[in-house]
Amino acid sequence: MPVVLENLGKRFGDGAPVLDDVNANIGAGEFVALLGASGCGKSTLLNIMAGLEVPTSGALEVPSDGAAFMFQDAALFPWLTARENIELALKLRGVGKAERRIKANELLELVHLGEAGDKRPHELSGGMRQRVALARALSQDRQLLLMDEPFAALDAITRDLLHDELERIWKETGRTIVFVTHNVREAVRLGQRVLLLSSRPGRVVQEWAVTEEHRTDAGLAGQLTGVITARLREEIRRHAK
Amino acid sequence: MPNNPTPLAETEPVVESKPETRKVHAALTRTSTGHEDLRELEAGLDSLQSDAARKHRIDWSRVLLPVAALVVLVLIWQFYVSLGLKRRDLVPGPLDVLGQIGILWGEAKLQEAVWTSLQRGLVGFLISVAIATPVGLLLAQVAPLRRAFGPLISGLQVLPSVAWVPAAIIWFGLTDATVYFVVFMGAIPSIINGLISGVDQIPPQYRRVGTVLGANRFQMAVQIILPAALPGYLSGLKQGWAFSWRSLMAAEIIAVGGTIGFGLGSMLNQGRDLADMTIVMSAILLILAVGILIELLVFAPIEKRLLRSRGLLSGSTR
Repeated sequence: MPVVLENLGKRFGDGAPVLDDVNANIGAGEFVALLGASGCGKSTLLNIMAGLEVPTSGALEVPSDGAAFMFQDAALFPWLTARENIELALKLRGVGKAERRIKANELLELVHLGEAGDKRPHELSGGMRQRVALARALSQDRQLLLMDEPFAALDAITRDLLHDELERIWKETGRTIVFVTHNVREAVRLGQRVLLLSSRPGRVVQEWAVTEEHRTDAGLAGQLTGVITARLREEIRRHAK
Repeated sequence: MPNNPTPLAETEPVVESKPETRKVHAALTRTSTGHEDLRELEAGLDSLQSDAARKHRIDWSRVLLPVAALVVLVLIWQFYVSLGLKRRDLVPGPLDVLGQIGILWGEAKLQEAVWTSLQRGLVGFLISVAIATPVGLLLAQVAPLRRAFGPLISGLQVLPSVAWVPAAIIWFGLTDATVYFVVFMGAIPSIINGLISGVDQIPPQYRRVGTVLGANRFQMAVQIILPAALPGYLSGLKQGWAFSWRSLMAAEIIAVGGTIGFGLGSMLNQGRDLADMTIVMSAILLILAVGILIELLVFAPIEKRLLRSRGLLSGSTR
Protein backbone atom coordinates (compact mmCIF):
# COMPACT_ATOMS: atom_id res chain seq x y z
CA MET A 1 0.00 0.00 0.00
CA PRO A 2 1.70 3.22 -1.05
CA VAL A 3 -0.60 5.35 1.06
CA VAL A 4 -2.04 4.45 4.44
CA LEU A 5 -3.87 7.04 6.52
CA GLU A 6 -4.68 6.04 10.09
CA ASN A 7 -6.84 8.13 12.41
CA LEU A 8 -5.37 11.21 10.84
CA GLY A 9 -6.32 14.53 12.43
CA LYS A 10 -5.37 18.11 11.78
CA ARG A 11 -6.25 21.37 13.46
CA PHE A 12 -4.76 24.80 12.97
CA GLY A 13 -3.92 26.47 16.27
CA ASP A 14 -6.79 26.20 18.74
CA GLY A 15 -9.47 26.14 16.06
CA ALA A 16 -11.94 23.35 15.37
CA PRO A 17 -10.33 20.32 13.77
CA VAL A 18 -10.13 20.48 9.97
CA LEU A 19 -9.58 16.75 9.65
CA ASP A 20 -10.65 14.23 12.24
CA ASP A 21 -10.01 10.50 12.29
CA VAL A 22 -9.41 10.09 8.56
CA ASN A 23 -8.79 6.50 7.54
CA ALA A 24 -7.96 5.35 4.03
CA ASN A 25 -5.78 2.89 2.19
CA ILE A 26 -4.73 3.56 -1.37
CA GLY A 27 -3.20 0.76 -3.39
CA ALA A 28 -0.39 0.97 -5.91
CA GLY A 29 -1.56 2.16 -9.30
CA GLU A 30 -4.98 3.05 -7.98
CA PHE A 31 -6.90 6.14 -9.05
CA VAL A 32 -8.80 7.54 -6.09
CA ALA A 33 -11.10 10.53 -6.27
CA LEU A 34 -11.42 12.47 -3.03
CA LEU A 35 -14.77 14.21 -3.06
CA GLY A 36 -16.23 16.74 -0.69
CA ALA A 37 -17.96 20.10 -0.30
CA SER A 38 -16.07 23.23 0.59
CA GLY A 39 -14.43 23.21 3.98
CA CYS A 40 -13.95 19.46 4.16
CA GLY A 41 -10.19 19.76 4.34
CA LYS A 42 -9.54 18.07 0.99
CA SER A 43 -6.64 20.32 0.21
CA THR A 44 -5.27 20.04 3.72
CA LEU A 45 -5.35 16.26 3.44
CA LEU A 46 -3.49 16.46 0.15
CA ASN A 47 -0.92 18.84 1.61
CA ILE A 48 -0.35 16.40 4.45
CA MET A 49 0.20 13.56 2.00
CA ALA A 50 2.61 15.76 0.06
CA GLY A 51 4.53 16.60 3.21
CA LEU A 52 3.72 20.30 2.95
CA GLU A 53 1.92 20.14 6.28
CA VAL A 54 2.18 17.84 9.28
CA PRO A 55 -0.85 16.14 10.87
CA THR A 56 -1.61 16.93 14.51
CA SER A 57 -2.64 13.36 15.30
CA GLY A 58 -2.71 9.92 13.73
CA ALA A 59 -0.22 8.30 11.43
CA LEU A 60 0.35 8.22 7.75
CA GLU A 61 2.45 6.19 5.44
CA VAL A 62 3.48 7.64 2.10
CA PRO A 63 6.22 6.65 -0.36
CA SER A 64 9.61 7.64 1.03
CA ASP A 65 10.51 9.66 -2.08
CA GLY A 66 7.50 11.89 -1.54
CA ALA A 67 4.80 12.75 -4.02
CA ALA A 68 4.35 14.75 -7.18
CA PHE A 69 1.83 17.54 -6.86
CA MET A 70 -0.41 19.33 -9.30
CA PHE A 71 -2.22 22.50 -8.29
CA GLN A 72 -5.51 24.06 -9.32
CA ASP A 73 -3.73 26.74 -11.32
CA ALA A 74 -0.93 25.46 -13.48
CA ALA A 75 1.62 27.57 -11.54
CA LEU A 76 4.08 27.42 -14.40
CA PHE A 77 6.98 29.83 -14.14
CA PRO A 78 6.25 32.65 -16.62
CA TRP A 79 9.90 33.36 -17.34
CA LEU A 80 10.46 29.86 -18.73
CA THR A 81 9.07 28.19 -21.83
CA ALA A 82 6.90 25.10 -21.50
CA ARG A 83 9.92 22.85 -22.07
CA GLU A 84 12.13 24.80 -19.70
CA ASN A 85 9.50 24.51 -16.99
CA ILE A 86 9.70 20.73 -17.25
CA GLU A 87 13.49 20.85 -17.53
CA LEU A 88 13.70 22.88 -14.32
CA ALA A 89 11.76 20.18 -12.47
CA LEU A 90 14.16 17.57 -13.87
CA LYS A 91 17.13 19.73 -12.92
CA LEU A 92 15.93 20.07 -9.34
CA ARG A 93 15.72 16.28 -9.31
CA GLY A 94 19.36 16.12 -10.36
CA VAL A 95 18.93 14.90 -13.95
CA GLY A 96 21.87 15.72 -16.27
CA LYS A 97 21.60 18.38 -18.93
CA ALA A 98 21.48 16.22 -22.07
CA GLU A 99 19.02 13.81 -20.53
CA ARG A 100 16.81 16.66 -19.35
CA ARG A 101 16.18 17.80 -22.91
CA ILE A 102 15.29 14.31 -24.12
CA LYS A 103 13.06 13.59 -21.13
CA ALA A 104 11.27 16.94 -21.39
CA ASN A 105 10.50 16.33 -25.04
CA GLU A 106 9.18 12.86 -24.25
CA LEU A 107 6.91 14.26 -21.57
CA LEU A 108 5.64 17.03 -23.85
CA GLU A 109 4.90 14.39 -26.44
CA LEU A 110 3.05 12.37 -23.80
CA VAL A 111 0.67 15.26 -23.12
CA HIS A 112 0.36 15.98 -26.85
CA LEU A 113 2.26 19.24 -26.71
CA GLY A 114 5.30 18.30 -28.76
CA GLU A 115 4.86 21.39 -30.91
CA ALA A 116 4.34 23.89 -28.11
CA GLY A 117 7.57 23.31 -26.17
CA ASP A 118 9.05 26.70 -27.03
CA LYS A 119 5.98 28.68 -26.05
CA ARG A 120 5.74 30.72 -22.90
CA PRO A 121 2.93 29.98 -20.43
CA HIS A 122 1.05 33.16 -21.36
CA GLU A 123 0.92 32.01 -24.97
CA LEU A 124 -0.80 28.76 -24.01
CA SER A 125 -4.47 28.20 -23.32
CA GLY A 126 -5.61 27.14 -19.84
CA GLY A 127 -5.91 23.52 -20.92
CA MET A 128 -2.46 23.50 -22.48
CA ARG A 129 -0.99 25.04 -19.35
CA GLN A 130 -2.53 22.31 -17.21
CA ARG A 131 -1.09 19.68 -19.54
CA VAL A 132 2.36 21.24 -19.17
CA ALA A 133 1.81 21.23 -15.40
CA LEU A 134 0.85 17.55 -15.64
CA ALA A 135 4.00 16.81 -17.63
CA ARG A 136 6.02 18.67 -15.02
CA ALA A 137 4.39 16.67 -12.22
CA LEU A 138 5.14 13.44 -14.10
CA SER A 139 8.75 14.52 -14.60
CA GLN A 140 9.24 14.17 -10.87
CA ASP A 141 9.07 10.44 -11.49
CA ARG A 142 7.28 9.61 -8.26
CA GLN A 143 4.85 6.80 -7.89
CA LEU A 144 2.28 8.95 -6.11
CA LEU A 145 0.65 11.86 -7.93
CA LEU A 146 -1.53 14.22 -5.92
CA MET A 147 -3.89 16.47 -7.83
CA ASP A 148 -5.71 19.36 -6.17
CA GLU A 149 -8.72 20.23 -8.33
CA PRO A 150 -6.48 20.57 -11.36
CA PHE A 151 -9.28 21.09 -13.87
CA ALA A 152 -11.62 23.25 -11.78
CA ALA A 153 -10.75 26.48 -13.56
CA LEU A 154 -11.10 25.12 -17.09
CA ASP A 155 -14.03 25.38 -19.47
CA ALA A 156 -16.26 22.32 -19.80
CA ILE A 157 -15.08 21.24 -23.25
CA THR A 158 -11.44 21.33 -22.25
CA ARG A 159 -12.17 19.58 -18.98
CA ASP A 160 -13.92 16.67 -20.71
CA LEU A 161 -10.94 16.21 -22.99
CA LEU A 162 -8.46 16.41 -20.15
CA HIS A 163 -10.39 13.70 -18.33
CA ASP A 164 -9.76 11.39 -21.27
CA GLU A 165 -6.18 12.56 -21.40
CA LEU A 166 -5.54 11.98 -17.72
CA GLU A 167 -7.10 8.53 -17.85
CA ARG A 168 -4.86 7.62 -20.80
CA ILE A 169 -1.73 8.91 -19.08
CA TRP A 170 -2.63 7.17 -15.85
CA LYS A 171 -2.92 3.87 -17.75
CA GLU A 172 0.33 4.49 -19.63
CA THR A 173 2.39 5.45 -16.60
CA GLY A 174 0.81 3.29 -13.90
CA ARG A 175 0.91 6.05 -11.30
CA THR A 176 -1.08 6.08 -8.09
CA ILE A 177 -3.30 9.12 -8.30
CA VAL A 178 -5.21 10.91 -5.58
CA PHE A 179 -7.50 13.41 -7.25
CA VAL A 180 -9.27 16.00 -5.16
CA THR A 181 -12.47 17.49 -6.55
CA HIS A 182 -15.80 18.97 -5.54
CA ASN A 183 -17.36 17.81 -8.77
CA VAL A 184 -19.27 14.53 -8.43
CA ARG A 185 -19.29 13.90 -12.19
CA GLU A 186 -15.57 14.38 -12.36
CA ALA A 187 -15.03 12.00 -9.44
CA VAL A 188 -17.15 9.31 -11.12
CA ARG A 189 -15.58 9.95 -14.50
CA LEU A 190 -12.02 9.50 -13.23
CA GLY A 191 -11.82 7.55 -10.01
CA GLN A 192 -11.75 3.79 -9.58
CA ARG A 193 -12.88 4.57 -6.12
CA VAL A 194 -14.67 7.67 -4.87
CA LEU A 195 -14.13 8.66 -1.24
CA LEU A 196 -16.61 11.12 0.21
CA LEU A 197 -15.25 13.44 2.86
CA SER A 198 -17.58 15.10 5.34
CA SER A 199 -17.17 18.78 6.13
CA ARG A 200 -16.00 20.31 9.40
CA PRO A 201 -14.38 18.12 10.44
CA GLY A 202 -13.29 16.23 7.37
CA ARG A 203 -13.67 12.48 7.66
CA VAL A 204 -14.15 9.72 5.12
CA VAL A 205 -17.85 8.93 5.45
CA GLN A 206 -18.49 6.66 2.53
CA GLU A 207 -16.87 5.19 -0.53
CA TRP A 208 -18.01 3.81 -3.86
CA ALA A 209 -16.29 1.67 -6.45
CA VAL A 210 -16.48 2.77 -10.07
CA THR A 211 -16.20 -0.03 -12.61
CA GLU A 212 -15.20 -0.13 -16.24
CA GLU A 213 -18.91 -0.33 -17.16
CA HIS A 214 -19.41 3.10 -15.64
CA ARG A 215 -16.78 4.45 -18.04
CA THR A 216 -18.70 3.47 -21.13
CA ASP A 217 -22.33 3.45 -20.05
CA ALA A 218 -23.63 6.93 -19.40
CA GLY A 219 -26.80 5.54 -17.82
CA LEU A 220 -24.86 3.64 -15.19
CA ALA A 221 -22.49 6.51 -14.58
CA GLY A 222 -25.42 8.89 -14.23
CA GLN A 223 -27.07 6.63 -11.70
CA LEU A 224 -23.94 6.44 -9.56
CA THR A 225 -23.51 10.19 -9.84
CA GLY A 226 -27.04 10.61 -8.55
CA VAL A 227 -26.43 8.33 -5.58
CA ILE A 228 -23.22 10.09 -4.62
CA THR A 229 -24.76 13.53 -5.08
CA ALA A 230 -27.63 12.58 -2.78
CA ARG A 231 -25.21 11.45 -0.09
CA LEU A 232 -23.10 14.57 -0.51
CA ARG A 233 -26.17 16.80 -0.12
CA GLU A 234 -27.19 14.93 2.98
CA GLU A 235 -23.76 15.74 4.35
CA ILE A 236 -24.13 19.41 3.44
CA ARG A 237 -27.62 19.62 4.90
CA ARG A 238 -26.27 18.58 8.28
CA HIS A 239 -24.66 22.01 8.48
CA ALA A 240 -27.91 23.89 7.92
CA LYS A 241 -28.78 23.89 11.61
CA MET B 1 -9.88 0.24 4.42
CA PRO B 2 -11.86 3.01 6.05
CA ASN B 3 -14.12 1.81 8.78
CA ASN B 4 -17.41 2.76 7.27
CA PRO B 5 -20.11 0.87 5.44
CA THR B 6 -19.17 0.43 1.81
CA PRO B 7 -22.45 0.65 0.03
CA LEU B 8 -21.31 -1.05 -3.12
CA ALA B 9 -24.64 -2.77 -3.23
CA GLU B 10 -26.38 0.53 -3.67
CA THR B 11 -24.48 1.23 -6.79
CA GLU B 12 -25.35 -2.02 -8.46
CA PRO B 13 -27.01 -0.95 -11.65
CA VAL B 14 -30.58 -1.84 -12.40
CA VAL B 15 -29.81 -2.06 -16.05
CA GLU B 16 -31.95 -4.56 -17.74
CA SER B 17 -32.99 -1.75 -20.04
CA LYS B 18 -31.26 -2.04 -23.40
CA PRO B 19 -27.92 -3.52 -24.28
CA GLU B 20 -27.48 -0.79 -26.88
CA THR B 21 -27.61 2.32 -24.67
CA ARG B 22 -24.06 3.12 -25.67
CA LYS B 23 -24.81 6.79 -25.92
CA VAL B 24 -21.67 8.64 -25.00
CA HIS B 25 -22.36 11.44 -22.62
CA ALA B 26 -19.83 14.19 -22.01
CA ALA B 27 -18.35 14.48 -18.49
CA LEU B 28 -19.71 11.14 -17.40
CA THR B 29 -17.98 8.72 -19.70
CA ARG B 30 -15.13 8.77 -22.15
CA THR B 31 -15.71 11.46 -24.72
CA SER B 32 -13.14 10.50 -27.31
CA THR B 33 -13.02 7.24 -29.19
CA GLY B 34 -9.30 6.51 -29.11
CA HIS B 35 -5.80 7.85 -28.79
CA GLU B 36 -5.66 9.36 -32.26
CA ASP B 37 -9.09 10.91 -31.92
CA LEU B 38 -8.05 12.46 -28.61
CA ARG B 39 -4.86 13.85 -30.08
CA GLU B 40 -6.80 15.41 -32.94
CA LEU B 41 -9.45 16.89 -30.67
CA GLU B 42 -6.81 18.41 -28.46
CA ALA B 43 -4.87 19.85 -31.36
CA GLY B 44 -8.07 21.47 -32.63
CA LEU B 45 -8.93 22.90 -29.24
CA ASP B 46 -5.37 24.13 -28.72
CA SER B 47 -5.39 26.06 -31.96
CA LEU B 48 -8.85 27.49 -31.20
CA GLN B 49 -7.78 28.65 -27.78
CA SER B 50 -4.37 30.12 -28.45
CA ASP B 51 -3.90 33.52 -29.99
CA ALA B 52 -2.38 33.76 -33.41
CA ALA B 53 1.09 35.28 -33.14
CA ARG B 54 0.94 39.01 -33.69
CA LYS B 55 3.62 40.70 -35.72
CA HIS B 56 5.61 43.45 -34.12
CA ARG B 57 6.10 46.38 -36.45
CA ILE B 58 7.87 49.64 -35.87
CA ASP B 59 5.50 52.17 -34.41
CA TRP B 60 6.68 55.54 -35.64
CA SER B 61 4.52 57.46 -33.18
CA ARG B 62 6.92 56.23 -30.49
CA VAL B 63 9.71 58.20 -32.14
CA LEU B 64 7.82 61.11 -33.64
CA LEU B 65 5.74 62.10 -30.62
CA PRO B 66 8.67 62.59 -28.20
CA VAL B 67 10.60 64.48 -30.89
CA ALA B 68 7.59 66.71 -31.51
CA ALA B 69 7.23 67.35 -27.78
CA LEU B 70 10.90 68.34 -27.62
CA VAL B 71 10.54 70.71 -30.56
CA VAL B 72 7.51 72.36 -28.95
CA LEU B 73 9.40 72.88 -25.67
CA VAL B 74 12.40 74.42 -27.45
CA LEU B 75 10.09 76.71 -29.42
CA ILE B 76 8.40 77.88 -26.21
CA TRP B 77 11.84 78.52 -24.70
CA GLN B 78 12.92 80.52 -27.74
CA PHE B 79 9.66 82.45 -27.72
CA TYR B 80 10.10 83.36 -24.04
CA VAL B 81 13.67 84.53 -24.64
CA SER B 82 12.71 86.62 -27.65
CA LEU B 83 10.13 88.46 -25.53
CA GLY B 84 13.17 90.04 -23.85
CA LEU B 85 11.77 90.01 -20.32
CA LYS B 86 15.10 89.02 -18.78
CA ARG B 87 18.70 89.87 -19.53
CA ARG B 88 20.14 87.56 -22.15
CA ASP B 89 23.14 86.57 -20.00
CA LEU B 90 20.73 85.41 -17.27
CA VAL B 91 18.37 83.52 -19.55
CA PRO B 92 20.22 82.44 -22.70
CA GLY B 93 18.21 81.16 -25.67
CA PRO B 94 18.43 77.69 -27.19
CA LEU B 95 20.80 78.93 -29.90
CA ASP B 96 23.20 80.47 -27.35
CA VAL B 97 23.33 77.20 -25.43
CA LEU B 98 23.78 75.23 -28.64
CA GLY B 99 26.69 77.53 -29.55
CA GLN B 100 28.27 76.98 -26.12
CA ILE B 101 27.91 73.20 -26.51
CA GLY B 102 29.70 73.54 -29.86
CA ILE B 103 32.55 75.48 -28.22
CA LEU B 104 32.85 72.96 -25.39
CA TRP B 105 32.91 70.18 -27.96
CA GLY B 106 35.62 71.98 -29.90
CA GLU B 107 37.72 72.30 -26.72
CA ALA B 108 37.14 68.57 -26.09
CA LYS B 109 35.91 69.56 -22.61
CA LEU B 110 32.44 68.20 -23.27
CA GLN B 111 33.68 64.76 -24.28
CA GLU B 112 35.98 64.63 -21.27
CA ALA B 113 33.22 65.63 -18.87
CA VAL B 114 30.65 63.22 -20.27
CA TRP B 115 33.13 60.36 -20.40
CA THR B 116 34.47 60.96 -16.88
CA SER B 117 31.00 61.13 -15.35
CA LEU B 118 29.51 58.30 -17.37
CA GLN B 119 32.38 55.98 -16.59
CA ARG B 120 32.17 56.76 -12.87
CA GLY B 121 28.43 56.46 -12.86
CA LEU B 122 28.49 53.07 -14.58
CA VAL B 123 31.35 51.63 -12.52
CA GLY B 124 29.74 52.87 -9.32
CA PHE B 125 26.39 51.49 -10.39
CA LEU B 126 27.76 48.07 -11.35
CA ILE B 127 29.63 47.71 -8.06
CA SER B 128 26.42 48.76 -6.25
CA VAL B 129 24.51 46.02 -8.11
CA ALA B 130 27.13 43.44 -7.16
CA ILE B 131 26.86 44.42 -3.50
CA ALA B 132 23.11 45.05 -3.30
CA THR B 133 21.89 41.89 -5.04
CA PRO B 134 23.16 39.25 -2.59
CA VAL B 135 22.37 41.52 0.37
CA GLY B 136 18.85 42.12 -0.95
CA LEU B 137 18.23 38.40 -1.53
CA LEU B 138 19.50 37.59 1.94
CA LEU B 139 17.29 40.24 3.56
CA ALA B 140 14.26 39.13 1.56
CA GLN B 141 14.75 35.47 2.46
CA VAL B 142 15.82 35.63 6.10
CA ALA B 143 13.06 37.15 8.22
CA PRO B 144 15.06 38.16 11.33
CA LEU B 145 17.68 39.92 9.20
CA ARG B 146 14.98 41.81 7.38
CA ARG B 147 13.24 42.82 10.59
CA ALA B 148 16.56 44.07 11.90
CA PHE B 149 17.91 45.93 8.88
CA GLY B 150 14.80 46.65 6.78
CA PRO B 151 13.92 50.00 8.43
CA LEU B 152 17.53 51.11 8.23
CA ILE B 153 17.75 50.33 4.51
CA SER B 154 14.47 52.12 3.82
CA GLY B 155 15.73 55.05 5.86
CA LEU B 156 18.97 55.20 3.89
CA GLN B 157 16.89 55.50 0.74
CA VAL B 158 15.18 58.56 2.12
CA LEU B 159 18.42 60.15 3.28
CA PRO B 160 19.76 62.28 0.41
CA SER B 161 23.13 60.85 -0.53
CA VAL B 162 24.53 64.39 -0.79
CA ALA B 163 24.48 64.36 2.98
CA TRP B 164 27.41 61.95 2.81
CA VAL B 165 29.60 64.32 0.76
CA PRO B 166 31.12 66.25 3.69
CA ALA B 167 31.84 63.04 5.58
CA ALA B 168 33.33 61.44 2.49
CA ILE B 169 35.59 64.43 1.84
CA ILE B 170 36.87 64.28 5.42
CA TRP B 171 37.46 60.51 5.21
CA PHE B 172 38.78 60.13 1.69
CA GLY B 173 39.87 63.65 0.70
CA LEU B 174 39.31 64.95 -2.80
CA THR B 175 39.74 61.59 -4.52
CA ASP B 176 37.60 59.26 -6.61
CA ALA B 177 36.90 57.28 -3.46
CA THR B 178 34.76 60.18 -2.24
CA VAL B 179 32.70 60.16 -5.41
CA TYR B 180 32.23 56.38 -5.37
CA PHE B 181 31.31 56.34 -1.71
CA VAL B 182 28.52 58.84 -2.32
CA VAL B 183 27.31 56.87 -5.34
CA PHE B 184 27.18 53.65 -3.30
CA MET B 185 25.24 55.29 -0.50
CA GLY B 186 22.72 56.47 -3.08
CA ALA B 187 22.37 53.38 -5.24
CA ILE B 188 22.77 50.39 -2.92
CA PRO B 189 19.74 51.01 -0.64
CA SER B 190 17.40 51.62 -3.56
CA ILE B 191 18.51 48.46 -5.38
CA ILE B 192 18.09 46.44 -2.19
CA ASN B 193 14.64 47.90 -1.64
CA GLY B 194 13.64 47.20 -5.25
CA LEU B 195 14.75 43.59 -4.95
CA ILE B 196 12.95 43.12 -1.63
CA SER B 197 9.69 44.51 -2.97
CA GLY B 198 10.12 42.36 -6.08
CA VAL B 199 10.46 39.29 -3.85
CA ASP B 200 7.44 40.35 -1.79
CA GLN B 201 5.29 40.42 -4.89
CA ILE B 202 6.05 36.85 -5.94
CA PRO B 203 2.87 34.75 -5.94
CA PRO B 204 3.14 32.36 -2.96
CA GLN B 205 2.29 29.51 -5.30
CA TYR B 206 5.77 29.69 -6.89
CA ARG B 207 7.44 28.86 -3.58
CA ARG B 208 5.08 25.95 -3.00
CA VAL B 209 5.85 24.62 -6.48
CA GLY B 210 9.55 25.01 -5.70
CA THR B 211 9.13 23.06 -2.47
CA VAL B 212 7.13 20.33 -4.16
CA LEU B 213 9.74 20.07 -6.92
CA GLY B 214 12.37 19.56 -4.25
CA ALA B 215 14.35 22.81 -4.45
CA ASN B 216 16.76 23.46 -1.58
CA ARG B 217 17.23 26.94 -0.10
CA PHE B 218 19.93 28.00 -2.53
CA GLN B 219 18.13 26.60 -5.58
CA MET B 220 14.95 28.27 -4.43
CA ALA B 221 16.71 31.65 -4.23
CA VAL B 222 18.57 31.40 -7.53
CA GLN B 223 16.24 29.35 -9.74
CA ILE B 224 12.87 30.58 -8.53
CA ILE B 225 12.92 33.66 -6.29
CA LEU B 226 15.39 35.73 -8.32
CA PRO B 227 13.83 35.19 -11.75
CA ALA B 228 10.34 35.61 -10.30
CA ALA B 229 11.38 38.89 -8.70
CA LEU B 230 13.02 40.16 -11.86
CA PRO B 231 10.43 42.82 -12.78
CA GLY B 232 10.66 44.38 -9.32
CA TYR B 233 14.43 43.94 -9.31
CA LEU B 234 14.67 45.72 -12.65
CA SER B 235 12.72 48.71 -11.44
CA GLY B 236 15.02 48.71 -8.41
CA LEU B 237 17.98 48.77 -10.79
CA LYS B 238 16.45 51.65 -12.73
CA GLN B 239 15.97 53.59 -9.57
CA GLY B 240 19.44 52.61 -8.41
CA TRP B 241 20.92 53.99 -11.61
CA ALA B 242 18.95 57.23 -11.20
CA PHE B 243 20.22 57.53 -7.62
CA SER B 244 23.81 56.85 -8.57
CA TRP B 245 23.67 59.38 -11.40
CA ARG B 246 22.15 62.02 -9.13
CA SER B 247 24.54 61.31 -6.27
CA LEU B 248 27.43 61.46 -8.68
CA MET B 249 26.40 64.89 -9.92
CA ALA B 250 25.96 66.16 -6.37
CA ALA B 251 29.38 64.85 -5.40
CA GLU B 252 31.02 66.36 -8.47
CA ILE B 253 29.47 69.75 -7.88
CA ILE B 254 30.55 69.91 -4.25
CA ALA B 255 33.89 68.13 -4.36
CA VAL B 256 36.05 69.86 -6.93
CA GLY B 257 39.83 69.69 -7.30
CA GLY B 258 42.34 67.23 -5.88
CA THR B 259 42.59 64.08 -7.97
CA ILE B 260 38.91 64.25 -8.86
CA GLY B 261 38.70 64.52 -12.63
CA PHE B 262 36.54 66.89 -14.65
CA GLY B 263 33.00 65.58 -14.86
CA LEU B 264 29.65 67.07 -15.81
CA GLY B 265 29.07 68.21 -12.24
CA SER B 266 32.44 69.92 -12.28
CA MET B 267 31.47 71.61 -15.53
CA LEU B 268 28.27 72.84 -13.92
CA ASN B 269 30.22 74.19 -10.97
CA GLN B 270 32.69 75.87 -13.30
CA GLY B 271 29.83 77.60 -15.12
CA ARG B 272 28.62 78.97 -11.80
CA ASP B 273 32.10 80.21 -10.88
CA LEU B 274 32.42 81.96 -14.23
CA ALA B 275 28.81 83.21 -13.97
CA ASP B 276 28.34 81.86 -17.48
CA MET B 277 24.75 80.76 -17.79
CA THR B 278 25.31 79.06 -21.14
CA ILE B 279 27.80 76.63 -19.58
CA VAL B 280 25.41 75.97 -16.71
CA MET B 281 22.54 75.28 -19.11
CA SER B 282 24.75 73.11 -21.33
CA ALA B 283 25.81 71.04 -18.34
CA ILE B 284 22.21 70.62 -17.13
CA LEU B 285 21.05 69.58 -20.59
CA LEU B 286 23.94 67.13 -20.95
CA ILE B 287 23.22 65.57 -17.54
CA LEU B 288 19.59 65.19 -18.56
CA ALA B 289 20.50 63.84 -22.00
CA VAL B 290 22.77 61.14 -20.57
CA GLY B 291 20.00 60.11 -18.18
CA ILE B 292 17.45 59.91 -20.98
CA LEU B 293 19.79 58.00 -23.30
CA ILE B 294 20.62 55.40 -20.67
CA GLU B 295 16.92 54.91 -19.99
CA LEU B 296 16.06 54.67 -23.69
CA LEU B 297 18.99 52.54 -24.82
CA VAL B 298 19.55 50.29 -21.81
CA PHE B 299 16.61 49.99 -19.46
CA ALA B 300 13.62 50.44 -21.77
CA PRO B 301 14.57 47.58 -24.16
CA ILE B 302 15.42 45.21 -21.29
CA GLU B 303 12.20 46.03 -19.45
CA LYS B 304 10.10 45.69 -22.57
CA ARG B 305 11.59 42.32 -23.42
CA LEU B 306 11.16 41.10 -19.87
CA LEU B 307 7.53 42.14 -19.65
CA ARG B 308 6.63 40.88 -23.10
CA SER B 309 8.14 37.46 -22.50
CA ARG B 310 5.94 37.13 -19.42
CA GLY B 311 2.84 38.36 -21.18
CA LEU B 312 2.62 41.45 -18.98
CA LEU B 313 2.71 44.06 -21.72
CA SER B 314 -0.68 43.72 -23.39
CA GLY B 315 -3.02 46.59 -22.65
CA SER B 316 -0.36 48.87 -21.18
CA THR B 317 0.28 52.30 -22.62
CA ARG B 318 3.97 51.69 -23.05
